[in-house]
Amino acid sequence: MSQPRILFCNCTYAQVIPADVKAEVLRKLCESGVAFDAVADLCELSARHDPSLKALADGAPAKIAACFPRAVKWLFASAGAALSPVATEVLNMRAQSAEEVADALLHRELKPNLPRAKATCSDAPVAQTVERAALTASP
Amino acid sequence: MSLLTENPLRVVLYEGNGSQPLPAEERYATIRALLERGFAVTRATGAGTPAPALKSHLLVLGRFPGGQAPLAEDRMGEVELRIKDIGGLDAPAIAEVVEKVRFETHAARHGDWRPWFPVIDYDRCTNCMQCLSFCLFGVYGVDTDKRIQAQNQDNCKTNCPACSRVCPEAAIMFPKYKAGPINGDAVSDTDLQREKMKVDISALLGGDVYSLLRSRSQRAQSRFSKERDADKALHERQKCLAKLAQLGDIPAEVLMSLPSPEEIARRAEEAAARAKAALGN
Repeated sequence: MSQPRILFCNCTYAQVIPADVKAEVLRKLCESGVAFDAVADLCELSARHDPSLKALADGAPAKIAACFPRAVKWLFASAGAALSPVATEVLNMRAQSAEEVADALLHRELKPNLPRAKATCSDAPVAQTVERAALTASP
Repeated sequence: MSLLTENPLRVVLYEGNGSQPLPAEERYATIRALLERGFAVTRATGAGTPAPALKSHLLVLGRFPGGQAPLAEDRMGEVELRIKDIGGLDAPAIAEVVEKVRFETHAARHGDWRPWFPVIDYDRCTNCMQCLSFCLFGVYGVDTDKRIQAQNQDNCKTNCPACSRVCPEAAIMFPKYKAGPINGDAVSDTDLQREKMKVDISALLGGDVYSLLRSRSQRAQSRFSKERDADKALHERQKCLAKLAQLGDIPAEVLMSLPSPEEIARRAEEAAARAKAALGN
């Protein structure tokens, strides 16, 4: 498999990503020598329907260092650039350490992790039905 | 110019053949300085496939032999291309060069608008139109298939997540919000119960928060006319706003900037009518 494209979001206009995490991830990318795209703010690009999002979502493997995968998935989709669920890995700088994110970005292997549908327990009707039935049957 | 019609300036830091690579520390400082000013930067090495520049002005930066930037143009003639030598410049000076090109090319200016707007999770959205009938600022609309959309993102009030609070499915995200699931974190069953409870609370308070605001304001007005007590009326309004701010985590400045009760009523009716039309009722 070819080296996945790398996209780094700096989330410039908010303080929701720890400053030390995004600085360290960017530093490691710069030290690595790989080609990558860095954007100031993925939200801004999405609102602008920036065509570069479409180019990034064209199906080629991509690793994106930004925030929650659910947010990233729909930020791209709302710009008319649906990400491939089998070729996209989102690294979450709000929740993961800089080391974890940088290692995953620079590793050749891609672990797709976009949410594919609703993800709550109540969206699993079979399990719920069984549980409710058991509750109803108990004396 | 709207968000959708402005052309951004894309910057490529070219370190492939014919250009001298920057030391890692300078590369980092340069890219960081540009990101902090709102620019998108591609680090190109000659290998790999960075995203192409489309519908934009393209500025290529590099350390070229003899300080001479090569001549080049876009074969398709679709991208306005400029190439600049950055030999001998530090990160702040490079950022100045880029800012100057942005100005000259009339490319989009960054930082004037803080990107805060609702992002809809269509895996969860049931197209119930609660958000459309709730929002007073015309952020939402419907597409040709009558599917809810965030259409006027720059109408959204910064830091206000109120519409996500009225969504019964927790389908509205604000990626820059502090906490889940509004920030895009996975939705738990507890979150769903909490979200539903919030809707119930607002219903208990009089149908929706705007009717609460209206009725409180009307009561305050009536008291004001009877008592001629401006301080009391103001106190009542402040109490009402504080309660709303607490319930919906709505920034006080957003509530304070709401239009008059009559205008709120008019906009709310208008939004409700749009929602009704979209649902085909």
